[in-house]
Amino acid sequence: MKSSSSSTTQTATQEKQQNPQTKVSPRTQTKGIDKHIKDYEAIIGIETHVQLSTLTKAFCGCPYNYGAQPNTSICPVCMGLPGALPVLNSKVIEFAVKLGLALNCKLSFNSKFDRKQYFYPDLPKGYQISQFDIPIASNGYVDLDLPVEFGGGHRRFGITRVHMEEDAGKLLHSGNGRYLATLSHLLQVDLNRAGVPLLEIVSEPDMRNGIEAAEYAAEIQRVVRYLGISNGNMQEGSLRCDVNVSIRPIGQSEFGTKVEIKNLNSFSSVNRAIDFEISRQVLLHSQGQGNSIVQETRLWEEGAQKTVTMRKKEGLSDYRYFPEPDLPEVILKKEYVNSIQNSLPELPEMKRRRYENMGLSMQDVLFLANDINGADVKLATNWIMGDIAAYMKNEKVSINDIKLIPRELAELIASIKGGTISGKIGKEIVDPAEIEKMVDKVLSENPNQLEQYRAGKTKIQGYFAGQVMKLSKGKANPGLLNKILQQKLNASS
Amino acid sequence: MLSTLQQPPRSLSRIPLHLKPLRSFFTVASASASQDQSSPPSSQILTLRRALLCRQTTATQLAESYISRLSLTEPHLHSFLHISDTLLRDAQLIDRKIEKGEDVGPLAGVLVGVKDNICTADMPSTGGSRILENYKAPFDATAVRRVKEKDGILIGKTNLDEFGMGSTTEASSFQVTANPWDLSRVPGGSSGGSAAAVSARQCMVSLGSDTGGSVRQPASFCGVVGLKPTYGRVSRFGLMAYASSLDVIGCFGTSVADTGILLHVISGHDRFDATSSNREVPDFSSQFTSINLVESKPLKGLKVGLIRETLEDGVDNGVKSAISGAASHLEELGCTVTEVSLPSFSLGLPAYYILASSESSSNLSRYDGVRYGNQVFAEELNALYNDSRAKGFGPEVQMRILMGTYALSAGYYDAYYKRAQQVRTLIRKSFKDALDDNDILISPVAPSAAYKIGEKKNDPLAMYAGDIMTVNVNLAGLPALVLPCGFVEGGPVGLPVGLQMIGAAFDEAKLLKVGHIFEQTLQGCRFVPPIVADDLAYSQR
Repeated sequence: MKSSSSSTTQTATQEKQQNPQTKVSPRTQTKGIDKHIKDYEAIIGIETHVQLSTLTKAFCGCPYNYGAQPNTSICPVCMGLPGALPVLNSKVIEFAVKLGLALNCKLSFNSKFDRKQYFYPDLPKGYQISQFDIPIASNGYVDLDLPVEFGGGHRRFGITRVHMEEDAGKLLHSGNGRYLATLSHLLQVDLNRAGVPLLEIVSEPDMRNGIEAAEYAAEIQRVVRYLGISNGNMQEGSLRCDVNVSIRPIGQSEFGTKVEIKNLNSFSSVNRAIDFEISRQVLLHSQGQGNSIVQETRLWEEGAQKTVTMRKKEGLSDYRYFPEPDLPEVILKKEYVNSIQNSLPELPEMKRRRYENMGLSMQDVLFLANDINGADVKLATNWIMGDIAAYMKNEKVSINDIKLIPRELAELIASIKGGTISGKIGKEIVDPAEIEKMVDKVLSENPNQLEQYRAGKTKIQGYFAGQVMKLSKGKANPGLLNKILQQKLNASS
Repeated sequence: MLSTLQQPPRSLSRIPLHLKPLRSFFTVASASASQDQSSPPSSQILTLRRALLCRQTTATQLAESYISRLSLTEPHLHSFLHISDTLLRDAQLIDRKIEKGEDVGPLAGVLVGVKDNICTADMPSTGGSRILENYKAPFDATAVRRVKEKDGILIGKTNLDEFGMGSTTEASSFQVTANPWDLSRVPGGSSGGSAAAVSARQCMVSLGSDTGGSVRQPASFCGVVGLKPTYGRVSRFGLMAYASSLDVIGCFGTSVADTGILLHVISGHDRFDATSSNREVPDFSSQFTSINLVESKPLKGLKVGLIRETLEDGVDNGVKSAISGAASHLEELGCTVTEVSLPSFSLGLPAYYILASSESSSNLSRYDGVRYGNQVFAEELNALYNDSRAKGFGPEVQMRILMGTYALSAGYYDAYYKRAQQVRTLIRKSFKDALDDNDILISPVAPSAAYKIGEKKNDPLAMYAGDIMTVNVNLAGLPALVLPCGFVEGGPVGLPVGLQMIGAAFDEAKLLKVGHIFEQTLQGCRFVPPIVADDLAYSQR
């Protein structure tokens, strides 16, 4: 699966190096290294954590609501109290299987949970329940299309594995955040998030630049949203990306030293952080300082638009994994997997290919497939056959005369379906019969004003128009309204 | 009937206790038993139930008698870390129920001791560890909840080796418990407090936990019945984890019947423990055939395998002869006893210590001083962890955490943890084969009877070696019943020795049936320690 995209990837890398660079805020560092950048190839892999939108946590009955008061959704199990035991929420398995299938993975019909052990105040048990050597899904891939403005092109990125694990709590830093120095005063722990189920998705190191990585992450977001297993919200941390970046001179087969980047809160920061990091590493190489690239975790600083050292890795951490004895093995039955397979919704890639086959432009295809709500064919049909047809009939215009383009209609429908606006607001009332009814109502409720008007005080037409508009909650088409109002006012005079 | 069994000397002269009579209890609940030192043990639970329902006594009277008994015995034994302060109130509630003619549960008025690594909402739960000193759990363990639901009364929390790690109860952070048969000896461990309390009649039955023999070995040392159920039979929810894949909550009683009644109450699936079994729980009490109905060969046709590897070098002669006496007794009851060999038996001990230490190193990580328990103030995170844990854990626990951390470390995992798991598979298989050919297997519980306090404290390997008979059963996850079968020389009146009966998974019923018949027909042995016998003698006057 990796080989299928390697040649196209290379060309895309070159044409793309210019693109994001013009987009990213100008950085002195990147200037003057463009001539070096083409001599190097970047190798990028991504670990994505997706927080599952199950009703309760992975191993206890606590609900999780983002933004709740600290430590209001905790119990003996997720607090790691003595004697408490985890019991698996079966939805976690269901969601993992869904994602595994959606990412074209092989499922492990017999997998298990393991304990990953380390001490940290946000980890109540002193170990994280995770999956180590037998992830529930592995060896998959994801297909996507790069945005047209970045040169376009189809990509297939390998998925190494998908595994289930639990989230940790959060440290609340007060004061200056130097919590390690003055621990007891400044450090507090919020365990609301502890035990919330996650799926960790590890990609193959198949990406070659920031845009590819950002698009990979965006596709993961689309997939989890289409599947309904996560809200995929990066700001809330429901979807977190840690990227690994290394570079090597083109033609070299061994990988360079990889650097991990954290604190990426949007797709654009994924893009910019990676391109910054590539430039940084290329610069070091070109200055003969390649060996000062060390294995470390770097933090993306959004304000400064650069990566800085967070911690250097001192060898490999030893997490002392061993099988979690409190949980039985995870055994998938064929029928169970089949039933999930059969219930999978149309996924973004299938939708894009379908639209493409319908003859839509790639730009429209990508837009329409971007959101699961963005292209509800049935709703679109309703709009076209209903309100839009009525408008065309009324205005005696053809569909070609309407300025509404497919993308705007899709946006409108998405906004309504997503609840951003109500269906009523979405509609300007263009049905003459409906407006006529409202005009009649206003006229019959204001007999005095009507008399005045008919007595010659025609200036108060504006008053009637205002009342009708109010009745329609501001949605009556003003042209239609005035036309009908005038007809009515003058009808019997 | 059994000339091979050594009789306990009857002299009580050296018992340093002068106990008040406990009339309400002993005249009603134990009168029949106390009349005759050689009559078989009767169910205290059933006797009490009859007495309560016939209004011959009340739960309050019983509780009062136990309180006065505790005040006399506890200064010598130190079985308990906490005594319930709601004991009388709980008893009064039961009496009120009975007065009103309401149904009462099978444990109505029964005073139950609970090992202190089992969480209780109304009393502290320390696990015997300084790091949890004064810790109060916000919930009852499932086993405790079930005891309460069946109208049992918690009398207190019993002493143990810290977090269950030890075989003598000397590794408790708080106190050393004495053996009721000889106050200079250990009660065994780690459930030493629960065993001593039942043996000394400080409570009627008690809950313990068994990871590598922690119910069975103290049962043997203290001369009481101890039952380690099949792994998964009893919910572990609320049991402070030592080694999760081996831990099981078990029962102590002075008769097989009482142990079985308690097991029935606490058994069954629990939605809070994913490793608890969905298997149906049979009514164990149906196994307790009345002695009058017992025919001459009540166990005719039962195939018993005597595990050869448990009677080899290193086992005291006294223990060997007690076990061969027990085997003869089983033969007299109609069983066919043959020697069986479990070739991987000797591998069990190292495998056990690797797996148990590995799991414990992980399970004890939560005691970090951050959220609960004793925290040593520090300005820096690692110092907080290090100091809290260094001051909170005793040396035995620290040693096992270190061993387990080592065994799970990168580069050692395959050589230790993984190989130990392979051994575990072999042991399971060999037990299964042996139990395909036999109804039950028998063995000693420990190579010796109770030894002196301090004797093995500085020789952990010698102490660990004492677990050889029991750890294999945990590795295989099987049920085992220990019941007193004889005595060896030692102490003022001799020291009890237990017989271990091992059954197939989830076949506790068979063990209880065989055990009940065994104890009802074992003549000439009365397993009442001097500390109680003295009291009984006094109450007879």
